[in-house]
Parts: sequence; structure tokens; C-alpha cells
Amino acid sequence: MIINHPLLGPRDAAEFVYLGDASLMNRPDWQSTDAGNQFYEYQYLRDNPAGELRELWYHEQGDRSWLVVTRNTLTHAISKVELARDVKLQEINSKTKTTAAAKKGKKA
Amino acid sequence: MTQSHRINGGLVSRNQPVNFKFNNTSYVGYQGDTLASALLANGVKLVGRSFKYHRPRGILTAGSEEPNALVELRSGAHQEPNTRATTVELFEGLEAKSQNHRGPLKYDFMAINDLMSPFLAAGFYYKTFMWPKAFWEKLYEPTIRAAAGLGRLSGQEDPDSYDKGFLHCDILVIGSGPAGIAAALQAGRSGAQVILADEDFIFGGRLNSETMEVGGESSQAFAANATDELAAMPNVRLMPRTTIYGAYDHGIYGAIERKTDHLGSSNGKPRQVLWRIYSKRAILAGGSNERPIAFGNNDRPGIMLASAVRTYANRFGVLPGKRISIFTNNDDGWRTASDLAAKGAQITAIIDTRDVEPLGAFKDTAIIMGGRIIDTRGRHGVSSITLRNGQTIDTDCVAVSGGWNPNVHLTCHQRGRPQWREDIAGFVPAGEMPIGMSVVGAANGSMTLAASLNDGHLFANKIAKELGFTPSRKSAPKAEDEAAKTSAYWYVKESTARAWVDQQNDVTVKDIKLSHQEGFRSVEHLKRYTTLGMATDQGKTSNILGLAVMAEVSGKTIAETGTTIFRPPYTPVPIGAFGGRVRGKDFKPTRYTPSHTWAKENGAIFIESGMWMRAQWHPKSGETHWRESVDREVLATRKSVGICDVTTLGKIDIQGKDAAEFLNLVYSNAFGKLPVGKVRYGLMLREDGIAYDDGTTARLAENHFVMTTTTANAVLVFRRMEFVRQCLRPDLDVHLISVTEQWAQYAIAGPNARKLLEKIVDKKHNISNESFPFMACGEISICDGTPARLFRISFSGELAYELAVPTRYGDALIRELMDAGKEFDVTPYGLEALGVMRIEKGHAAGNELNGQTTALNLGLGKMVSKKKDAIGSRLSERDQMNRDDAIKLVGFKPVDSSKSLTAGAHFVTKGKEPTMAHDQGYMTSVGYSPNLKTSIGLGFIKRGDQRIGEIVTAFDGLRGTTQDVEIVSPHFIDPEGERLRA
Amino acid sequence: MRYSALKVFKEAMTGHKGWEPVWREPEPKAEYDVIVIGGGGHGLATAYYLAKEFGITNVAVLEKGWIGGGNVGRNTTIIRSNYLLPGNTPFYELSMKLWENLEQDFNYNAMVSQRGVMNLYHSDAQRDAYVRRGNAMIMAGVDAELLNREQLQKECPFLDFDNARFPIMGALAQRRGGSVRHDAVAWGYARGADSRGVDIIQNCEVNGFVMDKGVCKGVTTNRGTIKAKKIAVCVAGSSGKVMSYAGMRLPIESHVLQAFVSEGLKPVIPGVLTFGAGHFYVSQSDKGGLVFGGDIDGYNTYAQRGNLPVVEDVCEGGMALMPMIGRARLLRMWGGVMDMSMDGSPFIDKTGIDGLYFNGGWCYGGFKATPASGFCYAHLIAKDQPHEFAQELRLDRFMRGHLIDEKGVGAQPNLH
Repeated sequence: MIINHPLLGPRDAAEFVYLGDASLMNRPDWQSTDAGNQFYEYQYLRDNPAGELRELWYHEQGDRSWLVVTRNTLTHAISKVELARDVKLQEINSKTKTTAAAKKGKKA
Repeated sequence: MTQSHRINGGLVSRNQPVNFKFNNTSYVGYQGDTLASALLANGVKLVGRSFKYHRPRGILTAGSEEPNALVELRSGAHQEPNTRATTVELFEGLEAKSQNHRGPLKYDFMAINDLMSPFLAAGFYYKTFMWPKAFWEKLYEPTIRAAAGLGRLSGQEDPDSYDKGFLHCDILVIGSGPAGIAAALQAGRSGAQVILADEDFIFGGRLNSETMEVGGESSQAFAANATDELAAMPNVRLMPRTTIYGAYDHGIYGAIERKTDHLGSSNGKPRQVLWRIYSKRAILAGGSNERPIAFGNNDRPGIMLASAVRTYANRFGVLPGKRISIFTNNDDGWRTASDLAAKGAQITAIIDTRDVEPLGAFKDTAIIMGGRIIDTRGRHGVSSITLRNGQTIDTDCVAVSGGWNPNVHLTCHQRGRPQWREDIAGFVPAGEMPIGMSVVGAANGSMTLAASLNDGHLFANKIAKELGFTPSRKSAPKAEDEAAKTSAYWYVKESTARAWVDQQNDVTVKDIKLSHQEGFRSVEHLKRYTTLGMATDQGKTSNILGLAVMAEVSGKTIAETGTTIFRPPYTPVPIGAFGGRVRGKDFKPTRYTPSHTWAKENGAIFIESGMWMRAQWHPKSGETHWRESVDREVLATRKSVGICDVTTLGKIDIQGKDAAEFLNLVYSNAFGKLPVGKVRYGLMLREDGIAYDDGTTARLAENHFVMTTTTANAVLVFRRMEFVRQCLRPDLDVHLISVTEQWAQYAIAGPNARKLLEKIVDKKHNISNESFPFMACGEISICDGTPARLFRISFSGELAYELAVPTRYGDALIRELMDAGKEFDVTPYGLEALGVMRIEKGHAAGNELNGQTTALNLGLGKMVSKKKDAIGSRLSERDQMNRDDAIKLVGFKPVDSSKSLTAGAHFVTKGKEPTMAHDQGYMTSVGYSPNLKTSIGLGFIKRGDQRIGEIVTAFDGLRGTTQDVEIVSPHFIDPEGERLRA
Repeated sequence: MRYSALKVFKEAMTGHKGWEPVWREPEPKAEYDVIVIGGGGHGLATAYYLAKEFGITNVAVLEKGWIGGGNVGRNTTIIRSNYLLPGNTPFYELSMKLWENLEQDFNYNAMVSQRGVMNLYHSDAQRDAYVRRGNAMIMAGVDAELLNREQLQKECPFLDFDNARFPIMGALAQRRGGSVRHDAVAWGYARGADSRGVDIIQNCEVNGFVMDKGVCKGVTTNRGTIKAKKIAVCVAGSSGKVMSYAGMRLPIESHVLQAFVSEGLKPVIPGVLTFGAGHFYVSQSDKGGLVFGGDIDGYNTYAQRGNLPVVEDVCEGGMALMPMIGRARLLRMWGGVMDMSMDGSPFIDKTGIDGLYFNGGWCYGGFKATPASGFCYAHLIAKDQPHEFAQELRLDRFMRGHLIDEKGVGAQPNLH
């Protein structure tokens, strides 16, 4: 397979190490009330779709980027490749904004 | 020997005779021959035996689809079993032997199987050999095994080398027949980067086998001229003798190029090169393969595919028979007749299964329309055929044409599922093609010459354009379409004798009918039950015939019956080629520590530790047993000072203003408040709560840490930390870099360690116990200004330091330390002594951190902080991981101190049977403590921490030992840690 | 119909006219006592033992394609019971014992061939880990033997003892391990089940469950709705897909494992060998092909095909271990889709849904488990109690923290 690295262009998949479903980026809050159950689901349960899957690849023989690759598990066609860092930062920022907005809302 | 069947013409070099041997008989052929054509030229028909019935076998085809003519090529360690004579280029001194027979080929003792054949029908072995039970293992199976198999391996190491390489191109053209060569020409003319690959040693495919005209010249001349034109294009890479064996994801193709197989010796050059070709687009022009018709005793030597007979005549100048008959269900069979007649061959009969007007007239040739061959005769080669009307015709070669199968092999490697096309009576590519693949010519069902040339030409134009190139305005080579009407006629129902479908595996029409009768009706069941198509040719000549027979007996159409699909490789590829250079010592890279040269000079014994080579011990002259050396190293270290190269530990440099917070997340214990200038032992868990790795992390500055990991996990820990950094907490300001190879690091351990260090540490640094206590660290300089890092940490339990310098000083440093240490009798110690001392001290290592143990098991439960979030802390709280009877790491001593403990022994309560129900735990690490003068061990046992002093049984049934052992504290030496604080 | 040498002889003399179909081709009934989804080795074995051991014969096996077309038809045919952990060992040993009597039991020759399995070790630490395992096997009543270098060399002189990158130091051997003719296992079970009244229905793809107040009461298929009291899912490789119809997420990922076979060769390899310093294991089939494999490709997939890096990796391992195979040719490579579970061990369990049972998560080790899997699953379905040897193979074990992780690599399926 060939992964089109957002910074480095097309690279052979053999340069990468595979981890699994990108849901592994959504590590639960350790202090939430049912953290035990949430961590169990986070660590062990998978959608395992026969179709498009967002998954994590690590460019170990390259620039050490973790990538979020959207790939079809039936055809292996890759439709999207993102830097995991960007994906996560965006999520964190939007969360912060929502929280900030919520706070603002409360004040108002 | 004269070449009794050689005629004029063809593409062999008459001025270059080549001597070769088959079954120890010498023959002569010409340069340009294959082994098959040269054997036929010499009148050799019988070349092998079939798999099951050991029936005599001759050459069926002229290409890589050959099921019969398999030989053992070359001798000694070079022996190459199952080699198709039809693809072996003749070279001077070639030696080949037939295979799969006992006694001479002509009088194969195993041919008795053929007489037994009524008992050996498809699947017979599933129904018998079951009684008495013991006979299967002792008698039946060994007999079957000995009889099975085809050729022999030499049993010696493959003496040849193989290379691997990577190629990139815009357009990969697979196959150089009319469609492929036309495509390659147009693609090349457009300026695209083109690779043209063909398994044959000359380009042109069937153009070389025909006498047709292309662009006003003979097809052979056209192929040669086109090859010249392509060779002159700098953007075209011609790859003859190259098989594209598989189509993989995203336009990647596997190719095997045979570099020296056509030579007498590889002369030290790689025999073959395994290429991975990265293509933007691929044009598959794999052509088609002719298939036989099944009729009674159709497997005798001399019965060949009509197209192959034509190839031998036109390309090699060989007539496979003197009196040739033709059996056909299509127009193409007639072309064989006219070509052969033009070469002066005697055509004794043309039998066409169709009731149509004859397509030609030949002198002295019986023409039978609507005819059937029902049987043949001839023990080691066909001598006559019998027709439906009882008429017998003498013949020594039957050219059979059952129609053509588009070569869809590569289109099936992914999601393609071929589809039946009634008009050509063949399966054509369908379903999803591999990304970027187009199929042209006969492979796609364009069965005639002009159509194929056009197809290749137009597709190449289209693809070049899509890739942004400008197609050349040249028109496609001109040719005429030949007559190509065909009929779906598969097997002669009137035959009562066995009619072969798969000649290598001995599958007959009756076997297929039996398969149907017994319910094995899906094509996959048919294949598996009868072994149809599972031979070395993957059924290239037999599959379609077989499933057509199945369709007929099921009363279904072929389209309804479906087809099995092909798996890579297209033709078999040597395992050695897939292995490439990676074997022997080159299997994996070898890593050396900075003190390696010095250690080697001083006679150290080395051992593989992962990829690393590490000193296992450093023998002194006079020492005769490894234990002598190891005991000495341990005692000397504990008495004075020892040095060990610990560079192999993973080292990770961590910087950034959130580095401490980051470490708090990856380590189970807290790092936030670690003061600058201090080191802390850290434990990492996996997210599932199992202990993962341990090591020390030093805080060199407010925002600068350096971590060590175990040798084994260096790469994995770094990978995981990058995961945490990028995927979980990209909001933290932290940066990581692996510095394992940038720093040489030595452990200096023993009561005199400080004294030794004081000799080389620059005076401005005070390393007294007060200024530089246990767990201190600092960036210092040594030997007048050489930068270094000093960590006061101890794995041995002694007063100890680890001293790191940039790797380029590593060799100098070991020499300097040894020199400076002379007055303390400094002793280098190896991995064994390191292991003994860490067991004496009760430190867990790889054997204990085995991926199945928790912090609780390791006695490190308190290191899992509940006050903060850390990887693994939450899931480590699960019930079953916190059972009251959890195993705990403790020490063990033999009750009889003269005995040795063994790692891997299991513990059972004294007096209990060693059964699974009584299993209490297991020994992980053992060693001999020269200090305690006894064997000691570490291990896990249920509730171990509460059982100190108990005697239990250590069961090592595998090694045949059982002994009583005492549970003791894992800290055999200095349990209070006074030494390391001294 | 009973198979025997005499029967083969008789049929040979009479033109093989008397052989009957090995299984019938019935139309599905409206309702069964038990529906087994999946006509692979495990599903057919389950139906066989339901009928034979538990007297439940009103059973249908629904297969979306042709029976035996899943992993029982595309594996490397190895059987062994050389496991370490108590959750596994008795189960696989039960399987081994069933293998040892299988042919007499179902009157079909699946060619169980106990030529031994040898796991090579290349370091002291690896030896110690194998010793731990070997002793666990002996304590569970399984045969195990430790071979040193000299003993191994005598049996396998062709290994690269002289020039190996990682020295070959010996092996942990299980002599009762070996290989079996894999397709015959499916056919033998099918024949045995069919003759006891089980309906084997091919080309019948399940596409949903019939749910009634939280209870599973049947399945919908491309051939209509079929009801049953108990529905037993047994579709390793597609578990994620099928269980998603019931809204369940599983501790499973689907991965591809490639397997390879060489051209037929006269016998060269004595039993099953596994390389301890690389990804390679090999045996030789009765027909003479070297059957070998290595690691899974490592990425989630439902495609029955792999890619080149693993092909090369496996062959590199083979050449490093036994460089005599360099001139043998790889004839065919294929892929099978594995249910890779989170600890490398399988599941035979009830689900949270009444009437719905689950069997899956076999990773790349399902073939050897076929008899015990069928037996224990049948036991669970018949009695609603787990068989004693399968009681650890529960879906909730991750919730409880009771991991059965033989390799010790944690919740990352592609490492098991």
C-alpha cells in the first residue's frame, strides 16, 4: 500500500507501523463517574467496520508522524490522510471554544 | 544424436549449437531453443510422469502454462525441482532429469498406480486408511508421503544470491504480444516512463509463433523491429525474462527477473531480482492460453496443444511429429494445419467437432467434420487415434485446440471476478480491477490480431493522455483479423476410456462427475475435492475445462457455475528470491556497543541481545568455565569496582515546558516534583494496566529530562511516547528525540566506584556523597573538558554511577576507565554478571516484565499513583487484577544449596501433585550467587510476599527435575540499600 | 453410508455408481431448534456435536457461500495444544484428544498426522519462557519435550546451525502436534451432521436478526426469515460485521493472515517447525507442498489478500532458518480474514441478548481448535452452561481484568 503523507508525499506503507482505530485518540477522562467502563470500552471494543475506517499509522521509518488514515477495509482504497496532531488539536481547540462559549453563556 | 525433428526456419541460431543432457543422454540443440523445443527436435517425447497414476507424460504446451514437462534442472546444490522444460532456455552443458518415478523413466515402478486407478478415484483417501487406527501414522501416511511430491530439493543451502529492487513508472505494460507491444510503442512515443515486461526471453509473444503479417512484414520481423524501436527510447525500460507475478494494492506489482538462469553459471551475480514496481497505471496484455479438449487417453506424450505445435514449428523450427493430426473445435485449429502443411509436415487428419464447412483442403489429409477422437494408443507416446466411427488413424502427434482462455490471472488478485462471454467461450476480466489496471487484447477478449494491436494502441493513447502526456499520432500497426470462430465443446462424451482434464494432478472427466455425484458441486469444492487446478500450473490449461464439465453435469450454464479465481504468483517464484539478501548473518542488522572493539581486543565472549551484540563475560587467561569468569566479575565488582557497557538501554531526550506533565502521564508514578539534578525510577504501564517498561528519568534542567528504557523496549517506548504526544496531548509543549545511539553509557559499580570516577571527572565537579548523593545527576565534564552526564543510579545494588559521553568518546572512555581503575583492580563485567547482581538485588527485568504481570505482581503496587491520571492506572484497578491470591515477585533458594534452580520451573505447595490445579507460580530468573554461595532465583508465586520462609516444590518436569525451594525476600543482598547510598 | 476400504473396493469394481452426496441440499425450514450461522469448520463441528452428543438434530447451518470456504479452507493446517495459560491449555488439549479420535468418530479420513510441532529457541531467555510453557503443558497433562541443539540438529540437519544471525539453540517439542487435511475436516463434520438430520444450507447469507422484546428469535437471510429458539453465531473473520446486526461491538478486529504453499516436493521437512527469531513456520503436506506462513499483515481488513512486505518478511525468515528452500518455488499465496481478539484468545459465550450465542475471536489459531470449539459451543447451546474447559473464554473477561494473553502484548490485536 501507499500512504500519501501530508508532509512527505506518497510513501510505502512498509515504512509505517500500524496501531488501529483512530478512536484510540479519544482517551476518556480518568475522573469521570464511570471511568472504569469508559476505559474498558476505549481499550477493548471496536466498531471494526467492513468499509471506511479511520485508523492510526506511525511513520517510524520516516518523520515519526502519527497519521490518521481513512481507508476502506474491503478495497484498501485510501481517501484521506491527516496528521494526527492536527486532528487532535482541532478537537481540543473546539472543545475549549465550546467550554469558553458555555462559560460566556453562563455569565451572560 | 541428430536432431531428427528439426526443420528449417524459426528464430534459433543454427550457427550456435548447444550441447545438453537429459537423463544423462547427450543431445544437441541451438541457441534460442528452450529445453522443450530441443528435446522435441531430438525426437524425445516422454519427459515425465504424472502425479498420481505415474502415467507417461510429454510436452503439452510451449509456455509457462505447462503442466507436464517438469524436470529437475542442474545438479548438486543447484538442483532445481519442478522446472518447466518449456521455459528453460537452452545453455551449453545444461543437465536435466525427469522426476517423480522409481526406476528408469520408461519403466517407472510406480506406474502400477495406473492399474490401481479404479480404487484411486477422486477423494478415495478420505474414505479409507482409517483402520486399524495406528496404521495411518505408521504405514499409510508414510507410504502416501513417499509417493507424493514431484521433484527433490538438494537439501543443501541455495548457493545463489538474489537481489531486490524498486522501480517506478508511469505505465507498466505486462506482456509483449501484439496488444502489449502496440501499447508499449504508443506509451513510449508519448514520452511517459514505461516498463515493458515479458516472461519470455524475446519480446513479441505469439507474434513469434505465427506466420501472419503486421504492417507489411512478418509478425516475427515486426516484433523484432518494434523491440528495436522500444530499446532506442530512453524512457522505456525493457524487461525480458521478467514475470509480473502479482498485482498488489495501489498500483504496486511484484516482478521477478531471471538474470542468470539462462547461463551455465551465475558467476557470483544474483540469479534473480525481485522487483517491486510502483506504477501509476498498468496495461495488462497477458494474451490468452489455449485449452485442450478431453477425450479418452488424451494424456499420451505427443498429444499437444495445437498452438504449441505451431510455436515449435514457426519459432523453433521443430516439428513435434512426422504424422500430425489435428483435433479442434474452432477455426484456430485450422491455422495450425495450414502453418504445418506450409512447413512440409504431413497432416494425417483434421477432426473438427463442428458440423460446418471445412476451412481448408490439404493433400492426403482426412478431414472429418463433426468428428470425435474417442481413444488413443501408444505406450510411451501416441501412435494412433480412434474416432467415433471406429476408424483408427496412425499419428505420432495430435494437435488439440479447444479454444482460448483470456489470461485473467492478474485481474483476480484483488476484487476482480471474471465473467463468462458466450461468443468467445471464455472468461473475461470483470468486477473491480486493481487500481489503475486496464486490460487489453486477448486477455480482455479481443481474440484476433488486428483487434489486439488496435486495442493496445488505443488504450495506451488514452492512458498517456490521462497522465498528461501527448499521444503520438502514429496509427496502429496494420494487420488482418484471422478467422476465430469457436464453439463451446469440452469433452468427448462417447469416450469410455479415462479422459484427462488436469494432466499433472491426474484429474479426469470421471473424477469431476464423481465430485458432482458426491455433492462437491461448487467450483471451489470441485477444486478441493478432485485437486483440479491445484498443481504447479494453477490449472491454466485445465480449470475452465473442468468447470465446463461440472456445468454440464449439473445442468447449469458456465456463467451460473462460475469460476475459481487465481492467486498470486502468476507462475511459481523461488522462495530464495523473496528472501533476497536477507539470510545468514544478514538476517537482521547487527548493532555494536561503543566498547565492542575494546572488548573484542580483550577476548570478551559476545552474545546476541536483540539486535545488539553485548559482552557476555570477559574471560581471564586460565579460566576454563564461564562460571569462573562470571563469579569473578561479580565478586570483584562487589569488592572493589566493575564496569559494564550499558549503552544499549534506550535513551530518550525530553524537552519542553510541559515535559514534567507529560512524564506524569506516561509513568505510573509521579514525576512532576522531581527536582532538577535528581533521577527517579519510573514504572510504565500499558493502558490495560499491565507493567510495560521501567527505567530511570533524570531531570537535567527545569524543562529537560532524559529517560532510559530497557534495551528490549527502546523502540516501543519511544513510539508510544510519540503516540501520547501527538495523538493524546498535542496541546502540551514537549519534544522527544531518541538519543540511544548518541550517548555511550557505562555503569561503574562497587565500593571504589567514586574513587575511580574522581580520577577522571574534572575537578570543578564535586561528586562526594554529600554533593552528589544517591539518585543525583548532572551534566559534567571529564578528562579535561569532555562533556559527560553522570547519574548516580545502581542496578547492581552497589555504590554505582552511570556515566554517559557522546558516542564518539565511548571507545576512549572505556580505555580511560580501565586505565584509571588499575589501582582498584577494576573489572569489566558482562551481561551474565549484570544478571547475577540484579537478581541478588531483586530487580525485575525482562523475564519478570513479561507482559503478563502487573505492578502489584512485581511488588510495585505503590508506584501506581491514584492522585493523577496516568496510562494504565485506571484499568489496573479491575477486580481480577487485584485478587487476594495474586502472584507476587519473591526470591527463591534451593533447600539443598548444592543444587541449581532452573528458570521456567513451576511452584506447587509441598506435597501436592504437579498439576494445573495446584500451579502456584513460576521461576523467572536464576543465577549463582558467588556471594551467598548458592543458586538463587526470582519468581512469582501466589501471595508470595506473605509466604517468606515457606518451603515449596519447584517442578521442572520438562527437564526432569523436582526440588524443594525456600521462599525468601527478593533482596538477597543489602536489603536496606546501605551500599548504594555509601 | 459407511466409508470403508471394502466400500471403496466395491465401488471401484462397479464404476463408483453407488456413492451418495456427502451432504444434502435442503431448502430451509421455517423454524429450527438451533440455527448455526456459519458453515465453516467450527459451525459444522458445532452442528455435528449438537446432534451427536446432545441429541439436538433440528438444526440448520447457514452458510453465505460454500461450506468450508472460510478459514478452515485457507489455513496452514497445524494442530497443537502447546499453550501456557490455564484458560487455554485444557481447551486445546481437549481439541487434540478429539483430533486423535476424529476419523473413527466421524468415519472420514481427515488425515490427522501427528508428526510433531517444534518451536525453536534462540536465546536463554526464550528457552526459559518455553520451559515455563512446557512445564505448564505437562502439568495440564499435555506432552512436551525440550530439545537441545544437538538433539534438534539430529532431527533437522538442514537448519542453519552454522551461520545463523540468532543461534539455533534447541526447541520445545510437542510430538502429538502435527497437521490435518483441512478441507476434509469441514466435509467430515458436514457429512456427520447431515446424516444426523442437520440441514446444511449453502448460499444463504444472514443479514439481520429477528428480535422480539430483546430476545433473539431468528434470522433474516437472502432466502427469507428463519426462526429458531437459539441462534449461534460462528463466523470468525466476519464476527464484527454479523454482530453489528445485533448492535454489539466486540473486542475484536479483522485482520488478514497470509499463507503460502510451494510446489510439490519429495519429503524434506519432518514436522511443523516455528522460527523463534523471525516470522516463519512451516510444515510439509501429504502432497509434498511446503505449507508456510508468518505474521499477519497488521492492518484492519476484510479482504482475503495481503501485501508484499509480509510475503518477503516470511520468506526472509524461511531463508534465514533453512536456506535449502531457496530453490523451491512459492506456488500460491492467499489470505484469510482473522478475528483478532484483544488478548489473542477466543470467545465461546452467551451474549447479553437472550437466544443469541457467540463463538469467535480465534485469531490465527482457530483451525486446531475446531473440534473443541464445536464441542464446547454445542455444550453451551444445549445446556446454557459453559463447558468446563471453555469457561474462561468469556466476553466479559476484559471488564473483569481476567486476560488470557499468551504472548503478553496487551490489547493490540495485530501483535497477537
